[in-house]
Amino acid sequence: MPETQATRPTPLQLFLIFSRIGLTSFGGGLSGWMLREFVQRRRLLSEEDFLNGLSIAQALPGVNVTNMAIWIGYRLGGRNGAIASWLGMIVPAAFVIVLIGSAFASISGYELSHVALNGAAAAAIGLSLAMGLTAARRVPRRIFPLAVMTATFIAVTVLHWPLLWTVLGIGSLSVAVAYQQS
Amino acid sequence: MPATPLSILIVFLPLSLVTIGGGQSAIADMHRQIVDVNHWLSAAQFVDAFAIARLAPGPGSLLATLIGWQIAGFWGAVAATVGIFGPTAILIYAVTSLWSRYQGARILTALETGLRPVAAGMILAASYVLIQALDGGWFARGLALLSTALLMLTPVNPLLLIGAGAGCFVGLHMLALI
Repeated sequence: MPETQATRPTPLQLFLIFSRIGLTSFGGGLSGWMLREFVQRRRLLSEEDFLNGLSIAQALPGVNVTNMAIWIGYRLGGRNGAIASWLGMIVPAAFVIVLIGSAFASISGYELSHVALNGAAAAAIGLSLAMGLTAARRVPRRIFPLAVMTATFIAVTVLHWPLLWTVLGIGSLSVAVAYQQS
Repeated sequence: MPATPLSILIVFLPLSLVTIGGGQSAIADMHRQIVDVNHWLSAAQFVDAFAIARLAPGPGSLLATLIGWQIAGFWGAVAATVGIFGPTAILIYAVTSLWSRYQGARILTALETGLRPVAAGMILAASYVLIQALDGGWFARGLALLSTALLMLTPVNPLLLIGAGAGCFVGLHMLALI
């Protein structure tokens, strides 16, 4: 396949590209990978188009990377492209995770495998916490956004509100205020 | 609820719509539903699944697939996957196809600005819930904080860090410290 392919990929090609991205993505950094693949290497999307998609992918619910897959797939191949890209992102990786899970389940009789997984989880929580702190750092230093962030944290951890009500309640208030101010 | 594919689907469908800012934000609620409300998995099993999801490639929300599989086998995995990825896929598809008609994008900007602090609060809450669920006391908490600091301050490979965490705990266990 030429380095600067100008023709649009078929749904099958999109499926394969996203399968490869999904299966080689460990621990994040996927958006950067997609930017490299679709904008810089294959020149299938403009950088602006890509960044528009990225902001929607982040603002709307859903995993950013699967949202991005749908966005890119739709831009390049319409409905079928979107479906193929989405399936490519999820299905092969889903089989892999179940395989890895079965492998661990077969050795779960040993206490050591739980100890090892617990250690792995402790380190992996760092990924969540680091992302949470990065997101928190990008919240504007004003009373209202900081209050929204704190209220969300308390609603989930102390009050044990279901997330759906937290998002619908606090989230829609916060979006309404942002809309008024824009 | 009984651990059937249908009830798994019912639990994961609404979780899909609260995965703002990535799947991380839904983990606290997933834990509440799976462990506290329905008792489908123990807290220890949930933490194990979380670790496996982090070691495996692909979107982190595949944690749902693994949990569905552990609860109810193949169809449990299918139900959880459809539940966690389906609704948001339809939503983003609709927005993508309507995007050109909403070039003004004031509502999209407001969505992004307004949801940012909510997403931050939810991701922090997810980390808090996971830290609470860890075995291993202050060793585990210390390791989680150390890992956070390393990830924020250095370009360390996360996979290497996770492997090191596992190795570190096995070592401590052999020394009978945890």
